Amino acid sequence: MEQGAAALLGAGLAYGLAAIGPGIGVGIVVGNAVQAMVRQPEMAGQVRITMFLGIAFTEALALFGLLLFFILFGQAGA
Amino acid sequence: MSLLYAQIVEVPEDIDHLFDWPDVLPLGINRVVLLMFLATAATFLFLWIPVRKPRLVPTKMQVIVESMVEFVRNGIARDIIGSESARYEWLLVPMFFWVLFLNIFEVIPFINFPVTSRMAIPAFLAVLVWFVFVFVGVKKHGLNYFKHAVILPGVPKAMLPLVILIEVITTFFVRPISLAVRLFANMVAGHIMLSVFFLTTAAYFVVSPKLIAFPLPLTFAVAITGFEMLVGVLQAFIFTLLTAVYIESSIHVEH
Repeated sequence: MEQGAAALLGAGLAYGLAAIGPGIGVGIVVGNAVQAMVRQPEMAGQVRITMFLGIAFTEALALFGLLLFFILFGQAGA
Repeated sequence: MSLLYAQIVEVPEDIDHLFDWPDVLPLGINRVVLLMFLATAATFLFLWIPVRKPRLVPTKMQVIVESMVEFVRNGIARDIIGSESARYEWLLVPMFFWVLFLNIFEVIPFINFPVTSRMAIPAFLAVLVWFVFVFVGVKKHGLNYFKHAVILPGVPKAMLPLVILIEVITTFFVRPISLAVRLFANMVAGHIMLSVFFLTTAAYFVVSPKLIAFPLPLTFAVAITGFEMLVGVLQAFIFTLLTAVYIESSIHVEH
């Protein structure tokens, strides 16, 4: 396989695979946060802030994948 | 003056201008830098003009500015950092508004460019945050800060080398990188999505006007514009929130 083609394939795979785990993870975080808010509405403010923190940490992994996509995409052109 | 105006509302003819901006003034000042100056001025005016003469019955702008500043001071700084939060407001409040303005440029008509999608700006902010939380920790605990930061209590002796290695990497390397990459990648992704859908609309509308498919990408583009407003505010919020969390973890490093 040519180097450019391999880089393009890797770019697509890098982001696609990197999005699976964080997708599930963010789902779990938000789902549990909603459950907590419904059970204890008086804690909703704190739960929301913690939820955003959890989303931010989980989502970072998917964004590393996106960055890898750009790097590999640049390799394909070079 | 008209040159600067033309730069700020420029419609790039070249698709490469999504990532590559030619200089317009000496000293490497390009459109991105001009927009950065604009955001700095906007932050300054936004925080200063409406509250320079505070009134007992506040004006509308005063209410808006006060409630937003109060959100950052109480909702982020005080809730996360605790009683010492007032000492870090000089960083958190202007940073929130600066990042917010830089992000929101993405959906402002005729500007349409999120300045935070150039890596230099999130990277600079992340390095600043790195220095601040290390400085806070060292000032509070002396060199014990590094010991407390990497050695977790209650870890078995045999596991210590591995845990220390992991903690050094996550605390001092992954933190700033992920902070910068999160903001950068979110804004780049949003900008590319908007570009793709608006360019598709334009292509269907201009190149082959008989094609009635153009409302479809247009609908997506409008929906994503709304979504990007949310993302811009949310990313500014998360950036400030994580800064507060890192500062807090430096203050209370021993547990």
